[in-house]
Amino acid sequence: MSATTTTAIEGRPKGRAQSFQQRLKSGDDLAYAITFLAALTILAITALLVYELYVNSALSRQKFGWAFFYTKTWDPSGEQFGALPFVYGTVVTSAVALLMGIPLGVGAAIFLAELAPPGISSALTFLIELLAAVPSVIFGMLGIFILVPTLVKLEGPIRNTLGWTPLFQGPFYGLSLLAAGVVLSLMIIPFIISISREVILAVPNDQREAALALGATRWEATWDVVVPFAYKGITGSIFLALARALGETMAVTMVIGNDPRINTSLFAPGYSIAAVIANEFAEASGNMHTSALVELGLVLFALTIVINGAARLLVAGASSKAGT
Amino acid sequence: MTRNFIGATVAVALLAGLTPAQTLINGAGASFPYPMYSKWFDSYHKKFPAFQFNYQSIGSSGGIKQVTEGTVDFGASDGPLTDDQLKAYRDKHGSGLLHFPTVLGAVVPIFHVNGVSQLNFTPEALAGIFLGKITKWDDPELTKANAGVKLPSANIVVVHRAEGSGTTYVWTDYLSKVSPDWKGKVGVSATPNWPVGLGGKGSEGVSGQVKQVPNSIGYVELIYAIQNKIAYGKVRNSSGQFIQASLASVTSAAGKAAKTMPEDFRVSITNAEGSDAFPISTFTWLLIPEKIADAGKKKAITDFLKWMLTDGQNMTEALDYAKLPKLVVDKEMKAIAKIQ
Repeated sequence: MSATTTTAIEGRPKGRAQSFQQRLKSGDDLAYAITFLAALTILAITALLVYELYVNSALSRQKFGWAFFYTKTWDPSGEQFGALPFVYGTVVTSAVALLMGIPLGVGAAIFLAELAPPGISSALTFLIELLAAVPSVIFGMLGIFILVPTLVKLEGPIRNTLGWTPLFQGPFYGLSLLAAGVVLSLMIIPFIISISREVILAVPNDQREAALALGATRWEATWDVVVPFAYKGITGSIFLALARALGETMAVTMVIGNDPRINTSLFAPGYSIAAVIANEFAEASGNMHTSALVELGLVLFALTIVINGAARLLVAGASSKAGT
Repeated sequence: MTRNFIGATVAVALLAGLTPAQTLINGAGASFPYPMYSKWFDSYHKKFPAFQFNYQSIGSSGGIKQVTEGTVDFGASDGPLTDDQLKAYRDKHGSGLLHFPTVLGAVVPIFHVNGVSQLNFTPEALAGIFLGKITKWDDPELTKANAGVKLPSANIVVVHRAEGSGTTYVWTDYLSKVSPDWKGKVGVSATPNWPVGLGGKGSEGVSGQVKQVPNSIGYVELIYAIQNKIAYGKVRNSSGQFIQASLASVTSAAGKAAKTMPEDFRVSITNAEGSDAFPISTFTWLLIPEKIADAGKKKAITDFLKWMLTDGQNMTEALDYAKLPKLVVDKEMKAIAKIQ
């Protein structure tokens, strides 16, 4: 920070002598002030958001304390509230979405950026950007009318192959954690593809040419040189996708079954934080109920920070290892 | 063309400026009577252009909340307020909140069992299913009431409302009356702690999931089941008869209650007496503040109530709502005087 300031002043030797007005006229300071204010609004919005969530959840925080995070009763009429089933549902559906979304998304991005003929690449890229702009309620409808019935038809094969795991036990009615995870994966894949593709395209051609000159095949150059080079950007796209998955509301509530219970099986219905807020907020039965829902918003905020932070640490660790 | 258009616009603007100021009255609440209310408010506005009613169908819990907070001029609910809720209103405003029954409705069990279009439900069966104790469609409690119907040995999928709802209030009120087990474990609530089941958002959510998921059962208002052509079952009433919900059977359920109607109109008519009464029937109420400071609004609301209880009642059956019994109308006419 101080280094840049010094260079800036050195680069403009008369800077100190100039009056403030003159400096404003030259535009640099004006631009600085405006962009600084713009950046400040981000901080202000975030701070205000946390503050409002914190203040409006006072009733619930005082009554339940930390127990809010680890109890699993959600009973609006008995005024007993615990966030665990919703945290569980949010994390599990996002995990399923990433598990399916990362290989498909990154795979498609590599194909589009490195391997596909330009015509096909630009046509598909256009479609993907279109897909990223589809409102989530449309994904929810697709989920209800097409995906859920399809999953019900696939129940047999899934049970035959994965039925031995605890993840695919119990009766299956279609509306489930699994359905929510799959819908979420469809929604995040366009994000992963379009950003990862841009990042891979931005890798300097020298890198590819150098690898090819050393005798690498085209795939080797892509997988061993280009993808590691673009690693940070690709993980960035995955974080963005994860953030969308954690906070997605409409599509999830339409297919998850809205049942606040914790089940190991992905076949069972569940509930997510965003979905319960959307469903219950307008019709909340009392101040405690409203307060508990606001606290859930706070929990979602914290969850996003924790998961994103953990993922970033993971990436930082991995890339420093790769560097040595 | 353009000139004409401009001319017309100017004319309209002038006319709008000339008409006397409108009294705008805002209300919010129950979604079940919304088609009726919207028809009433529209007809009333055409008849008396000086009054404009604006109603948002946000649900009963929302209506109670907004009228208590004072953000609307009146509320509407499918379930009467509890004593606590009335006290909360009184504490905040220093005066009471009045209930005015408007029409009658019914909540029906809807189901999706392939090849079955009509089912009889005993109160024990409904309570058992929604408690999670009866889990198969061929349970003896169901088969004994449905001789000749081939019920599958499939798991029953229960679907309920995901958000607070007046429909849920009526449903749980009924189950609490017929099942001590339900009363002890779950009780009457617009937002109960459900022992089993999937949650659907709104009546559309519940009916949509019942349509989607085979072997499922849910509950919606009668009008909703009729309009969406979903199979709904008969329910055994307190006289032991299996009754199909209809305008006649709902009106019959209100008949007895009309004679013993309490002064504040807070009455539940679920599990009503009478051999042809549908047992899951209910009044739906407008919630009107006892004290209305604005004289214009007060006149608008009291005039509307009088009109709704006379001319308005003749419009109900065209929209599949049962009209109020005469005794109730007379009693309400007197109660209007309580509005100050």
